[in-house]
Amino acid sequence: MQKLISSVAGRLVIAVPYLWLLIFFLIPFVIVFKISLSEVAMAIPPYTPAFNLSAGWQAFADNFSQLSWDNYIWLLEDPLYYKAYISSVIIAGVSTILTLIVGYPIAYGMARAPATVRPTLLMLVILPFWTSFLIRVYAWIGILKPEGLLNQFLMWAHVIDTPLNILNTNTAVFIGIVYSYLPFLVLPIYSALEKMDYSLVEAAEDLGCPPILAFWKITFRLSMPGVIAGCFLVFIPAVGEFVIPDLLGGSQTLMIGKTLWNEFFSNRDWPVSSAVAVILLLLLVVPIVLFQRAEARAQESEK
Amino acid sequence: MKSLGSFRRTFAPWNDPAAKPFIAIENVTKKFGDFAAVNDLSLNIYNREFFALLGASGCGKSTLLRMLAGFEEPTAGRILIDGQDMRGIPPYKRPVNMMFQSYALFPHMTVEGNIAFGLKQEGMAKGDIEARVAEMLKLVKLEQFAKRKPHQLSGGQRQRVALARCVAKRPKVLLLDEPLGALDKKLREETQFELMDLQMKLGLTFVVVTHDQEEAMTMADRIAVMDKGKVMQVATPAEVYEAPNSKFVADFIGNVNMFEGTAAAVANGKIDIAVAPENLTIRTDAASRSCTVGQPVGFAIRPEKIRVSRKQPADPSINSAHGELYDIAYFGDMTVFHVKLESGRIIKAASLNAVRTVEDPLGYDDTVWVNFDTDAGIVLTA
Repeated sequence: MQKLISSVAGRLVIAVPYLWLLIFFLIPFVIVFKISLSEVAMAIPPYTPAFNLSAGWQAFADNFSQLSWDNYIWLLEDPLYYKAYISSVIIAGVSTILTLIVGYPIAYGMARAPATVRPTLLMLVILPFWTSFLIRVYAWIGILKPEGLLNQFLMWAHVIDTPLNILNTNTAVFIGIVYSYLPFLVLPIYSALEKMDYSLVEAAEDLGCPPILAFWKITFRLSMPGVIAGCFLVFIPAVGEFVIPDLLGGSQTLMIGKTLWNEFFSNRDWPVSSAVAVILLLLLVVPIVLFQRAEARAQESEK
Repeated sequence: MKSLGSFRRTFAPWNDPAAKPFIAIENVTKKFGDFAAVNDLSLNIYNREFFALLGASGCGKSTLLRMLAGFEEPTAGRILIDGQDMRGIPPYKRPVNMMFQSYALFPHMTVEGNIAFGLKQEGMAKGDIEARVAEMLKLVKLEQFAKRKPHQLSGGQRQRVALARCVAKRPKVLLLDEPLGALDKKLREETQFELMDLQMKLGLTFVVVTHDQEEAMTMADRIAVMDKGKVMQVATPAEVYEAPNSKFVADFIGNVNMFEGTAAAVANGKIDIAVAPENLTIRTDAASRSCTVGQPVGFAIRPEKIRVSRKQPADPSINSAHGELYDIAYFGDMTVFHVKLESGRIIKAASLNAVRTVEDPLGYDDTVWVNFDTDAGIVLTA
């Protein structure tokens, strides 16, 4: 009896994450997917067919036959959408590389700092989270706008004569993404570097490897799991980012998150925006799978 | 070719004034802040020597090794290797290789990859690298583990990979930081002899850092006993053990009974030392140390050189004392007796169990005599 209870309890514990994913991911996804196969309509909800379980099985089957792939075909035919996808991936990719360039030295510096100051540095990296994400992005408007702090400073220092036009360009989007997602990249790299035995680098140098090569062949190579984790943590949300391109980007900044928002709120076209969301999800599933495989490999090598 | 044994038997370049040291450490000081980890230290190490730096943790031995490797620069003084001043030469350009205490094997590379790493840095041809790696794997008997990653190896195997990796480059000097520290006792003893064989076969100069005196005594041609950043004595293991030059060295190496007294008479090549509280008179050969009458001196004697017996010695006034058996530690091969004198002082004496059974063996609380010969101990003036 005792055994039975513990085995049931064991299964329940395993069931919790599955149940969570079922309720908060799979079911909403199925709903969104179903809407993406529907047609826009002037109704509440603003699409047809709307399933009504009380109408009986026949009505359900009829409704089912009305679903079509039209919205997906539409997405493929209108260059706006795939341009937005490509542009999102490029902006997210460039931002990820920029974040890595900024973040890796920070993580490296933190990991090489004396053990006593490391908790403080870690705290400083996490500190911005205490302020709302939205407020921090708004703050960048104040910094980047033509009469903003950055331009004032540069003009005061006589570096420039006329204000730089940064706000409402892709540059501002890159700055915003790099700034906002930096901690997500720094933390995994820091944790990979921190547990690395520094004598490995000394051993490489001892065996005839100049410091820069030793860094590349040993330090960077061993921090790869952290680099991959950090890059995905930046890239995946950046692809679907809406707030940063909306607030900092210009009219020419094409990102799928903005497109989705427009379809949903401006056009009130729920089916098309759902299709956009489904494709975005599929676009991200591939890197997520890659990420998980990298994680699994990292765990295996630590055994 | 002469046998390795006969080479070893006659190998003593440190006694040859014409011999040029291979590594010359000249008045080297290394300070971290105000703390001098190594303090005005000079040492000569000769080609093909197996040299041990022995000391407790924090004595500066590892800092000295890291200065030889180039990871630390001396604050003052200089280091010459093969006649070349090493000042300003970075680790990757030095003709030395180091085996790290943690082994520092690259976890993302196979055994082969680890051994080939240093050779690739030299820009050696691919075929030559393969041949050298195969040779090294054979040397450390790891041929069938070439494709394994370090985490798939046992501690002893990892140690051998680390060794193969640093000898692969044929360095002039091999530096070993506690090379056997992470191995269990039995493996350590085996590996000691393997290391010695390897060093002989390759004809390299080894500098090994260790805190384990047995390890140093077994392997090294000479030992430098270090304390507080200074070398206390440099000598062969037998000299360090039998003729320590100071109370520190006598106490640090092995077990010892230490007496403090004053030189009462110096005559006929003998020194008499009066040890006050026990009212003991120690008579010892004066051959090794000179002192003057009235000078306070120490006297060190190893436990195995003291006899324990129920019988009173022929001349109980010299080198003899009696007391009761306070503790007996039986080790199988030998027995250590703790004899408590009337003054309360404990004398340690060790005797070899040469016969299997003894009729009426010494037991607790027996009243016994301890005594020793005039050449058994050593006078210490420092």
